[in-house]
Amino acid sequence: MERGCGGKPFLLAQKKRFSPTNTMSNTLTKGQLIARGVLSQNPIFKLALSMCPAVGMSTTVMNGLMLGIAVFFVQVFSSMTISLIKNFIHPRIRIPTYTLTIATWVTVIDLVLAAYLPAAYAEMGIFIKLIVAFAIITMRLETFACKESPSDSFFDAVGMGLGFMFGMVVIGFVRELLGAGTILAGTPIAIEVPIHPFLFFILPCAGFFVVGIMMAFFNWIEAKYNEGKTSNE
Amino acid sequence: MNNNLRNYLSIAFAFFLFVGIVAGFQCCSSDTGGFIKAKEFGGENEIVLTTSQPVQDNIAPESFTVFEENDPDILMHPSKIEKGVDQKNNPTLTLSFADPLNQSNTHVVKAPELVPGTGPINLEVARSYLAFLVSIFIANLLINNYVFTKYLGLCVFMGTSKRKKTATGMGIVFTIVMLVSAVMSWLVNTYILQPFHLDFLQVVVFIGLVSLTVQAVDTILRKVNPILFNSFGVFLVLVIANCIIIAVPLYMANNHYNLIETIMLALGAGGGFLLALYLMSNVRERLELAPIPESFRGLPIAFVMAGQFALAFLGFSGLQIL
Repeated sequence: MERGCGGKPFLLAQKKRFSPTNTMSNTLTKGQLIARGVLSQNPIFKLALSMCPAVGMSTTVMNGLMLGIAVFFVQVFSSMTISLIKNFIHPRIRIPTYTLTIATWVTVIDLVLAAYLPAAYAEMGIFIKLIVAFAIITMRLETFACKESPSDSFFDAVGMGLGFMFGMVVIGFVRELLGAGTILAGTPIAIEVPIHPFLFFILPCAGFFVVGIMMAFFNWIEAKYNEGKTSNE
Repeated sequence: MNNNLRNYLSIAFAFFLFVGIVAGFQCCSSDTGGFIKAKEFGGENEIVLTTSQPVQDNIAPESFTVFEENDPDILMHPSKIEKGVDQKNNPTLTLSFADPLNQSNTHVVKAPELVPGTGPINLEVARSYLAFLVSIFIANLLINNYVFTKYLGLCVFMGTSKRKKTATGMGIVFTIVMLVSAVMSWLVNTYILQPFHLDFLQVVVFIGLVSLTVQAVDTILRKVNPILFNSFGVFLVLVIANCIIIAVPLYMANNHYNLIETIMLALGAGGGFLLALYLMSNVRERLELAPIPESFRGLPIAFVMAGQFALAFLGFSGLQIL
């Protein structure tokens, strides 16, 4: 019988990167799964998915962290749900099933945040509801959760969620540092940095420049690292 | 294919005709009657009233009270009143104010007795409805372009803007799905979610409708026009991964738009996405040939380019719409 997975990869742009390695059963350990999400397959810098929040919501460390936490929970819960019900999903309706699962969990997180953290909720505005359309979550469901066991899916989701949070915090750090001259402003551990604030980095369009330059920076580090490894051998 | 194109064009034409007729109807249905023939904004700080009978002399500017409909506490008085005639020799009354008026809001004018025996009157002065519709369209197309000023839909934007052909295909499919799903979302929101106070289900319902639309368009297109499906079918599944498709219904629900306004919003958002994709794909085709540092190849330089587009689109924020 045809199973819910094994169809063509969800994202056209990601076809090349994912089809060979992820169609087979998972052989990575739990630690490797988490490390993969944070480092070698970081959703923001490596997979270049979920770029909308990385550009739009990363003006401060706090904003990035809050959205990162929300995405983390949605990712973990959705991955677990899909992994548990994977044998009952007909392949033809798998994408609508993913979307509705994510939408349910987004609604839950949305209501919880609105009730318990109204200030952060007001700050993030429409972006919380837009988590439903973030490509990274659907992509993890399609390429991982609907083939693997719930426990592996859990660690994969934790890795991806942490990787997303890490990316958001790093971008937020750079933009807040250069744009406002503070780190974690408005919290008890706020740090003032004696540099002249450069307003440009707080402007939303600077998000594109910061993300682009940081991606290039990570590419450069990776190239240097690989270069060093080959010359050592 | 030529025949096909003509069919689509005629459908599009009929659609715009329909929108125009409905908008025109709504526009004219707000007639006051009585001796006021027309009321409109003149210059940036003027309200012009056209009457059928000459108004009486010696009306003091202080006897007029004007306020914005959504802000009735802030009262204004015209600084001077001028009488004149328009092209058809109808008497007009021009109220000039010290400061420019915010013409996107409806203004309420409380006028004293203008013609003997008619008593004081209340008037609502608003911009024409058609202009409001056009302003929604232009605002979503350029001023609040979803890609360059709201930073939404970037994953799909970066993924499909490598080639001009792919970019236009994606843009067109996206606009069509956007239009259909926005209309369906409006229907469900107005007739089911609002009456039963189910606002918290907005996200689930709207994304469900989008999935449904995509699946339906996929199935119908596959059977009805396989050639078109082969060229555009691959983009359909990408539509769901685009944040704009869910942002537009949420925006529509927040602003309580009616059906025609929703259609203009969807067209503006879809057209804006198409415009952004087309501009970006042109640049990226050139970038393929440019000597770029190794680590900037591909996505990083595309992001820097998008940042420059975003800076350029900031210029539209100063655009004043009629």
